[in-house]
Amino acid sequence: MDTLVQQETKSLITQTTTKKRPWQTAKGHIFRRNMVWFLMTLPALIWLFVFKYLTLFGTWIAFTDYKVRRGVFGSEFVGLENFRFLFATDTAIRATRNTVVLNIMFIIMGVIVSLFVAWLLFEVYTSIATKFYQTMLLLPQFISWVVVSYFVYALLATDNGLINFTIESFGFDKISWYTSAEYWPFILLLVSLWKGIGISSLIYLSGMIAIDTQLYEAARIDGANKWQQFSKITFPIILPLVVINVLLSLAYIMNADFGLFFQVTRNQPLLYETTDVLDTYIFRSLTVTRNVSMAAAAQFYQSIVGFGLVLFFNWVVQRIEREDEPLALF
Amino acid sequence: MAINTKKIREARRLNNDRLLSFIGRFSIHIALIIFSLCCLIPLILVISASFTDEITLTREGYHLLPAEFSTEAYELIFDNPTAIVRAYGVTIFTTLVGTTIALSLMALLAYPLSRPDFVLRKPLSFFVFFTMLFNGGLVPYYILMTQYLHVQDTVFALLLPYFVVVFYVLILRTYFAALPSELIDAARVDGAGEFRIFISIALPLAKPALATIGLFTALNYWNDWTTALYFIRDADLYPLQYLLYIIQSNAQAMQLQSTVGTINMGPVPTQTARMAMAVLATGPAAIFFLFFQKYLIRGVTLGAFK
Repeated sequence: MDTLVQQETKSLITQTTTKKRPWQTAKGHIFRRNMVWFLMTLPALIWLFVFKYLTLFGTWIAFTDYKVRRGVFGSEFVGLENFRFLFATDTAIRATRNTVVLNIMFIIMGVIVSLFVAWLLFEVYTSIATKFYQTMLLLPQFISWVVVSYFVYALLATDNGLINFTIESFGFDKISWYTSAEYWPFILLLVSLWKGIGISSLIYLSGMIAIDTQLYEAARIDGANKWQQFSKITFPIILPLVVINVLLSLAYIMNADFGLFFQVTRNQPLLYETTDVLDTYIFRSLTVTRNVSMAAAAQFYQSIVGFGLVLFFNWVVQRIEREDEPLALF
Repeated sequence: MAINTKKIREARRLNNDRLLSFIGRFSIHIALIIFSLCCLIPLILVISASFTDEITLTREGYHLLPAEFSTEAYELIFDNPTAIVRAYGVTIFTTLVGTTIALSLMALLAYPLSRPDFVLRKPLSFFVFFTMLFNGGLVPYYILMTQYLHVQDTVFALLLPYFVVVFYVLILRTYFAALPSELIDAARVDGAGEFRIFISIALPLAKPALATIGLFTALNYWNDWTTALYFIRDADLYPLQYLLYIIQSNAQAMQLQSTVGTINMGPVPTQTARMAMAVLATGPAAIFFLFFQKYLIRGVTLGAFK
C-alpha cells in the first residue's frame, strides 16, 4: 500500500516537472510544504520566544539593583550582593527547607496511597461501580485552589468548623487551626493527597490494565493469593512507571504548588514557620515588600537549582529506561 | 477412589476461594466507597453551608446536612448580583476565547512537529521542549507583563498566560504522529495543500486528543486566579475565582479589624453568602467535568505513556 502510493506520487511528480513551474517541481513542492509547516508553527513559536526565552534574560535582574524606570539592563550591576542578602536571612533558608521537606513528604505518601488506590480499582476493574469511583477520585483535581480553601475553612474554622465541632462533642478543647503552625504539614499533606490522588492512581491503574491477564490466570492455578499476585506480578511490572514518576517529581522538588501554600493556608503569617515555601516567599518579596532584586535572586536560586535537578534526574531516568519505551523528558 | 477425594478437595477449595474472593471484593468496594466519600465530603459541607441561614451556621457550625434549610444566602446574592454576574462574564469570555486561541496555536504547532519529513522538525522540537527544563519563574514573567507588554488591568493579561502549554503540545504531537500516513499521502496525490490536509484530514482525525487538551485548557482558564492576583486591580475585570478570593480575604481583614478597631471595609458578604458563591463558581466546572470526564481520563493515560 505504502509503496504503491509512493510510486504514484513519484510518477505524479515526474509528470509535473515537465511543466517547469517552480512550485510544481519536486524541489519546489518540498520547499513549499516545509514553508507552510513553518508558517503554521510560527504563532506558537513567537509566544514561546516571548514568554519562555525573553524571560530567561529577565533573570539578569538577580544581579542588579533593579529600578523600574531604568529597566532590566539599565539598572546598576551589583554582582552577588542580592544573594548575600538573601542567604543572610532565615526566611530564605526556612522557605527552602519547607519546600524540600514538604515535597518529599508529598511524593512518598502520594506514591503509597495512589498505588494502593490503583490496586483497589484494578481488583474490581470490571465492575460498573469503578467508573463512579474514578469520577469521584478525579473530581478534586478540577476544583480551583480558591474553592479548596473554602472547603478547608469549613472543616477547620475555629468557632464553627466541622472538626472543632466534632472534637468538642467528644469533650476536648477546640484547636485554633489557623494560628497553630505545628499541624500544617499534615493538613497540607492531606489536602495535597486529596487533590492529586485521582490523577496519579489513574496513571498507575492504566499501567496495571496493560499487564497480560494470562499471568494472573497462571498464578491463580498455581494457588497464589492476592498479595502474592500483587507483590510478584503487578508491582514488579509497574515498578519502572513508579520509579520514573518519582524521579520526575524529585526533579521538580524546588517548586511548590503556589495555590496549595497560598490559598489553603489563607496566607496566614502565623503559619509561615511550617508553610512558607519558595514560591510564596518570592511572591511576597515581589508584591508585598516590593524588593524586586531580592525576589529575582530567590527566583534565580530556585530556577538554577531546579534546572540542575531536572538535568540530573533526567539523566538517571535515561540510564534506567528500556529501549522500547522512552520515558525521559528528552 | 483417590481421584474422587481429590475432586472433593478441589471443589471445597474452589468454594472456599469463591467465598474469600467475595469477601475480598466486598471489602475493596467498601474501601473505595470510603475514598470516594472523602473526595466528596468537603463539597457537600460547602453546599450544605450555603443552604443554611447565617445565625444557625454561626451557632451550630458546618454540617453535612443543613440544620435548617434556607435559601437566604442565594437570595442575598441575587438581590445584588452585579459583581458576580460581571465576574461570570469575564470568566466565560476568557474561557471561550482563550481556549479557542490556545487550542489553535497548539494544534498548529504540534502537527508540523509530528511530520517526519519536516526539515526543521529537530531544531524546532528542541526550541519547544527545552522550555520544559528551565523556568525563568514568576519575577521575570511579572516584569515582562507589566514593564514591557503593559498588559496589566487588561483582558489580555488574563488570556495570554495559557496560550501554549508545552506538555499539551507533546501529547498532541504524539497523537498526530500516530495518524495513518496513507490518508495524508492519498490527499497529497489528490493535490491538496499541506494546510488543507491539516484542516480537513488531520484535525478531524485528532478530535479525541483535541477534545482532551481543549478541556484541560478550558479548566485552566476557568480556575485561574493567579493571573488576576498578579496583574488585575480593576474590579471590573475580576474573574470568578479571583472575586471569590477577594471576598474571602476582605472578610478575613474585617474579622481582624473588628478585634483591633473599627475601619469600614465596605459591605462584606455573610459566611453563608460566601459559601453560596463558591458553589456558584464551581458548579459549571463540576458539570463540565462530569460530562466530559471520558476525555479527561483519556488525557491522563495519554500523558502517562506519551
